[in-house]
Amino acid sequence: MDKIIITVVGKDTVGIIAKVCTYLAEKKVNILDISQTIVQEYFNMMMIADMEHADASFAQISEELEKLGEEIGVRIKCQREEIFTKMHRI
Amino acid sequence: MLNMFEVIETNNMIEHEKLDVRTITMGISLLDCCDANLDELNRKIYEKITSYAKDLVKTGEEIARDFGVPIVNKRISVTPIALVGGCACKTPEDFVTIAKTLDRVAKEVGVNFIGGYSALVSKGMTTAEENLIRSIPQALAQTERVCSSVNVGSTKTGLNMDAVNLMGQIVRETAEATKENDSLGCAKLVVFCNAPDDNPFMAGAFHGVTEADAIINVGVSGPGVVKVALEKARGANFEVLCETIKKTAFKITRVGQLVAQEASKRLGVPFGIIDLSLAPTPAVGDSVAEILEEIGLERVGAPGTTAALAMLNDQVKKGGVMASSYVGGLSGAFIPVSEDQGMIDAVSLGALTIEKLEAMTCVCSVGLDMIAIPGDTPATTISGIIADEAAIGMINQKTTAVRVIPVIGKSVGDTVEFGGLLGYAPVMPVNRYSCEKFVTRGGRIPAPIHSFKN
Repeated sequence: MDKIIITVVGKDTVGIIAKVCTYLAEKKVNILDISQTIVQEYFNMMMIADMEHADASFAQISEELEKLGEEIGVRIKCQREEIFTKMHRI
Repeated sequence: MLNMFEVIETNNMIEHEKLDVRTITMGISLLDCCDANLDELNRKIYEKITSYAKDLVKTGEEIARDFGVPIVNKRISVTPIALVGGCACKTPEDFVTIAKTLDRVAKEVGVNFIGGYSALVSKGMTTAEENLIRSIPQALAQTERVCSSVNVGSTKTGLNMDAVNLMGQIVRETAEATKENDSLGCAKLVVFCNAPDDNPFMAGAFHGVTEADAIINVGVSGPGVVKVALEKARGANFEVLCETIKKTAFKITRVGQLVAQEASKRLGVPFGIIDLSLAPTPAVGDSVAEILEEIGLERVGAPGTTAALAMLNDQVKKGGVMASSYVGGLSGAFIPVSEDQGMIDAVSLGALTIEKLEAMTCVCSVGLDMIAIPGDTPATTISGIIADEAAIGMINQKTTAVRVIPVIGKSVGDTVEFGGLLGYAPVMPVNRYSCEKFVTRGGRIPAPIHSFKN
């Protein structure tokens, strides 16, 4: 497993999840978990994904997701899982 | 599995509360560079540092990208140069050539500061150490990125009052040598008592002789995170307050631990320590003073400040210690003036004085830090300030330090702009009565009775 956390924050619109998922599928990144909520019309999504079999580097995926976010008008951030597990799990 | 609230909490800390890793500092031993030929010594120093640190900045940037957390500074500390250069350097001017080499190598590998232009003279000075100390004003005037420190005392050895006296003069000379830039050289010069061997923070970082050939030390930060956490504990009692600080310090330090382990793995250099210090910046919301005010002080400097700081410092350590496998360096809350907007405001309002800051250094991690004083302050008065601070460190078995800037041509009421992370500072008044006859007596103040533990 090579887990990454993808967070998407921005104004809610049609097809945000679809676009992110399509991109990840193209890069062979496996989605393990998705949670999503809307807070005051703002779309918040967190995705846990495994890039063990991905055919692109973390740097490339991170950069392209950021670009994709700009196209949709949301902010997409890609981080390795450890920063969260280290902070929230003993 | 992680939940969304945890992920949002972490990202809020980074995006809105200024959580960052303040520095990855690579300590590099230069002991094996010693050579009687000065040119050869400079060449070896350049090559050794480049070989270890060539990928430091790039690796730091990659780690920051992978985890989405800013790593503000990438720095280098080296073996105290008085030890490395002793064999080749016969004059202060010889030592300045090494400072220039360090500056050149810092620019070459892309680090913003390199520390270790230092001498450890807590008991006595060798000729080489005295030459290095006398070279500091020119070394700092002729370089940009070199940082210098001198250890003038310790709990075990007492205070070297000859060195204390000399350092008062050196601080003044450094101010004169850099007067075109508001005496900026003094911002890169620290006088220590009980200096640690593994401090990653500038200007006092050096790579002690007890250390391995190379090591990665990491300094965390996060006053803003603590401040925001405490906003949620307004009006709560001390038990709740302390628990909140501890939990927050734990979370902040875990990020530092992760970054340190990754840097160590990717660079192939052993992990040394995490420094738990809460390091402020001049940015609003990144201030230790604001934490103290959130705890309940109208302004930092008010009665109660020392108690509040003591509690804060202790809770930060308690929370941080469990989050990291090795803790060291300075580890505590920093209270610099120019680098902390809340401190600057308190000084401007007259709430905070040098005397109160001195009291605060009895319980915080370092000392009188980044304080601008009038340009006509006599060298002996600066020595007196150093002696007072060193005595606090010696008696309390803690690290203390002095980094004051006598700003040539400026006096109380003026403001000095240092720029960047060094911030700006109002010039603070200093007691005008003389201590000349005291600091010029010569010799040493003996080690305190409680240091004899054998």
